[in-house]
Amino acid sequence: MAASRDDFIIAIRSAFIKKGNKQRFSLIGLIFFSIGLLILSKINLPVTNYLKIALNEIVYRSSFIVSIPEKKILDLNNIIKDHYRVYSNYLLVKEELNKLKSEKYEVKFLKSENERLKKTIDEYIYNSEELIAKVLIDKKSPFLKSIIVNKGSKDNIKLGMAVLDGNYLVGKIVEVNYSTSRALLISDLNSKIPVAIEPGNIQSILTGTGKQNGKIEYMEIEININDKSIVYTSGSGGIFKSGIPIGFYNKNAESNEEDKVIFFSKLSQLTFVKLVRFQQVDK
Amino acid sequence: MSSKFKNSIRNRLLLYLPLLLLFISVFNEFDLNYLNYQYFSFNFPFILIFYWSLKRIETLGYGYIFIAGMFNDSVLGFPIGISSLTYLIICGFAAYLKNITLRPNKFKDWFYFLFTILFANSVNYFLLILFFALEVNYYEILGNIIFTFLLYYIFAYFFDIYGKILARIRA
Repeated sequence: MAASRDDFIIAIRSAFIKKGNKQRFSLIGLIFFSIGLLILSKINLPVTNYLKIALNEIVYRSSFIVSIPEKKILDLNNIIKDHYRVYSNYLLVKEELNKLKSEKYEVKFLKSENERLKKTIDEYIYNSEELIAKVLIDKKSPFLKSIIVNKGSKDNIKLGMAVLDGNYLVGKIVEVNYSTSRALLISDLNSKIPVAIEPGNIQSILTGTGKQNGKIEYMEIEININDKSIVYTSGSGGIFKSGIPIGFYNKNAESNEEDKVIFFSKLSQLTFVKLVRFQQVDK
Repeated sequence: MSSKFKNSIRNRLLLYLPLLLLFISVFNEFDLNYLNYQYFSFNFPFILIFYWSLKRIETLGYGYIFIAGMFNDSVLGFPIGISSLTYLIICGFAAYLKNITLRPNKFKDWFYFLFTILFANSVNYFLLILFFALEVNYYEILGNIIFTFLLYYIFAYFFDIYGKILARIRA
């Protein structure tokens, strides 16, 4: 019994403490160093932040270059799929275009009317600064759903800026480096966005599920949401302006009962995004 | 002279191929996640690190593995040090198995690998949840563990072939 325990201790000591053949560091030393780094990350010291920014700058650029072959394969796959779908899509798009044309003028009128009314009731009017950014890295790890874009603090990118794909919200900036930034996608489990569901102006929080849909949470009272209701940002909290479309409510979704918000934007195919900062205009 | 030089470069490339693959995989998330199959993903660095720590550690030093972990954290947006710790835990388990094994058996290694990744992912999961208050999808991690475990045997088969080629060249 004692001999087997001794063998176990010898094997553990040999594996963790002894430096192996041609090894410069012992395993236990590096494990302690990793734990030290984790503690420093948690404390959030400025020195570790600078170290992190420098590391991110190097890694993001390198990762972008290394990912080029994979991206080419993915693009080719998308081109082939699009090619097969082109005719059926054409008919749908034609029909939708006619519908949109008729709605365009109505929207123009409503927009100007809305601005006029907001001024009357003394509401905030937002002015936005836009920047187009290229998606450098688009990782769908099992843990975090985020993208890296090629704009950073040198381009005046700030934490919390909205990330849009066309007019649709896809995420927000959560980390800013010198020439790159990380945006947390709305599909991530850690993403919580105050939303308003129209019609009915139902206030709620939209949480990511890690998939192509979101979950409506924290509704004050149980309200029956209509099928195909549109989910917009509510503007609560002052991070985003109100009225940015995110997705629609699909009552008949077969998935989990709550995961019923289908995002308008295809989060797996982002190549360029708009980084927008909303500022309140003086009344 | 020229052919000697070429041979030396080829041999070096072959020798350091696992290291090269490790860095490519952490930079590129070599995991076919873009296929968008629900719950399908696997952790190639885990397979690579475990196998090569078990077989031929001189080509994949602990220092390099530590740096690869830091790069992985940076790419995925994790707190710096968490992947390094996970990778080094895998190295530790592999080194322990190497020390206690007299007659290597691929099948036993395979199941020991399952135990290793379960432990390493548990450490990773609890650090992210408790220490850094991040939310992660438990089922996706479970899917990742299962596919990593299943694919280990296939990759180990190819790595064995590669190891034989390497041994022949060195001889």
